[in-house]
Amino acid sequence: MAALLQVTNLIKHFDGVVAVDGVSFTLQKGSCFGLLGPNGAGKTTTLEMLEGITEPSSGEIHYRGQRVDTRFAHEAFRNDAGIMFQSTALQDFITVRESLEMFGRLYPRTTDSAELIEACALGEFLDRDTRKLSGGQRQRLLLAMALVNDPQVVFLDEPTTGLDPQARRNLWALVQQIKAQGKTVLLTTHYMEEAYELCDEIAIMDRGKIIAHGSPEALLAEHFDEMILQLPRSDILGRVENLPLNLKVQGDIVEILSADINATVQTLLAHDVSLAGLQIRPRTLDDLFLALTGEALRT
Amino acid sequence: MNLRRFLTILVARNREFLRDRAALGWNILFPILIVAGFAFAFSGKPLDQYKVGVYAEAPAQKLAMAKEEQAFFHTGYIQFIPIAQLDQAIIKVERHQLDMLFDLDNDHYWVNSDSPKGYMLERVLYGAAIVEGSGENALTIVETSGYQRQTVSGREIRYVDWVIPGILAMNMMFSSLFGVGYVIVRYRKNGVLRRLQATPLSAFEFLSAQVISRLWLIMAISIMVYVGADLFIDFTMFGSHWNLLLVFSLGAVSLISMGLLVAARIRSEELAGGILNLVSWPMMFLSGVWFSLEGANPLMQKLALIFPLTHVIDAARSIMIDGAGLVEISTQLLVLTVMSAVFLLLGAVLFRWK
Repeated sequence: MAALLQVTNLIKHFDGVVAVDGVSFTLQKGSCFGLLGPNGAGKTTTLEMLEGITEPSSGEIHYRGQRVDTRFAHEAFRNDAGIMFQSTALQDFITVRESLEMFGRLYPRTTDSAELIEACALGEFLDRDTRKLSGGQRQRLLLAMALVNDPQVVFLDEPTTGLDPQARRNLWALVQQIKAQGKTVLLTTHYMEEAYELCDEIAIMDRGKIIAHGSPEALLAEHFDEMILQLPRSDILGRVENLPLNLKVQGDIVEILSADINATVQTLLAHDVSLAGLQIRPRTLDDLFLALTGEALRT
Repeated sequence: MNLRRFLTILVARNREFLRDRAALGWNILFPILIVAGFAFAFSGKPLDQYKVGVYAEAPAQKLAMAKEEQAFFHTGYIQFIPIAQLDQAIIKVERHQLDMLFDLDNDHYWVNSDSPKGYMLERVLYGAAIVEGSGENALTIVETSGYQRQTVSGREIRYVDWVIPGILAMNMMFSSLFGVGYVIVRYRKNGVLRRLQATPLSAFEFLSAQVISRLWLIMAISIMVYVGADLFIDFTMFGSHWNLLLVFSLGAVSLISMGLLVAARIRSEELAGGILNLVSWPMMFLSGVWFSLEGANPLMQKLALIFPLTHVIDAARSIMIDGAGLVEISTQLLVLTVMSAVFLLLGAVLFRWK
């Protein structure tokens, strides 16, 4: 795949605080790239620099080989980029249809509006005031607005935050459709499941730096070689504390990390542990995220 | 400048304004209230300038007699008010609520030594006494002292004729500054500007659309106020309506641009309100809306020239009262053009979407 967007040593200071500290990565054409990280990690600032909304303190961004920054963002990049912010207010007293028309007229090239309305399931409330939309409807409208110019690269900043599971999955399906059209997607998210579902490549950020980068599968394979066995706490306590097992109590559940499932199960059976409540799961991006960024609460 | 993008934002802003029933209602109601206020305050015969209390056992009869016998009591523009309670009337003189008080039963009068109006009335009283004492005509006495009376005739320029251009301009000023400044700050605060920044729309296109959108609104409202006020008050207009339209259009552009400049970077509506008040109130008092600065401190007169409103009002008064043409108001037009250009340019340069 060809590199569409190249980010090199991007740095952003805010009043002496380093928000983004030397971030570099490449966005391949047609891929979905996820930026993950705890609150304040620098994801949104990085995204805003790529979108041309925030000027970098230093570093370079190249789009199709041409340098892009806030003051001299070339017209082609503006016209090719579709942007969905984390939170966007729309102009008051304007309907869904008018919002789409208005944003469409700001670009030289537009998507077929009927297709866009159908894809984002906006048909039922086209003439509704945008202030009267539900959370899911509003996010679908914002996504449609990001797609109104038939963009080549789509920036989605936490697109499903605050949505219920149905609305979230609906939005995932829309992002999958965008990918299927060959568009490039860059998204930030707090939801590891979302990143795993949608992203071909992820970068985990913490304190302004990228601390892990690769495909979800490759990262999991790189950082973990064990599975997790979960048992109800009442089934196991008092029986296996002295055994050489990697145990971790999580509320009413005890988790055992094991690289050799058969040997661990044999050990448990040998110590009369009931396996009726046994569950085995692979390591997930949640585990990776917590392992890399720590479990302490970020403010 | 991309015309399509400019028109898109212009239409969107107009649509927002026209659908905001509360704002639209107020913008229509406000001029109606102004016109009604003018009609109430300035229609009818001219108001008396002085108030004189008259106390007596039978004040109405005594006053009627005094009017026949004493020159002072048939002086024009003095309102004589029968008084029943002398002590309360004296308090009113102390508080400048009455300019002078007569006890016709005991031949006393009271005047407040700190009151300019009282002072003037007392001079009139002296003059009347001299005329009566000499037994001659007042004009003869004046001419004897060396002054020859000359008369001129012409339509009276009432205070309302003088103040109307100022009121129209003041209404325009508030609408320009607050209507644009507040909207921009609100857009910035809630992220509308940030979303627009992510499109190919330029700051100049956006700002131009805001200026034009507010301009037509202000002009429509100003015309409504003008026509309504003229209907009720029949104020003086000696000049060309087209010239007046030009002055107000240029004035509105300069004031809207000033509003844009104030709102160029502010995120807080409270701060924007404070700064807009800081700009608008001195402008309202020093630009000659309500009173002329003629005779005021020269420094203050010079300071007033930094406000666009001063030039709008000067030019509008010249057109309406003196019948001035474009040549006579060319200085004000030039100043307003330069101010508009400077404010708009600075506003565009300093403007931040976020």
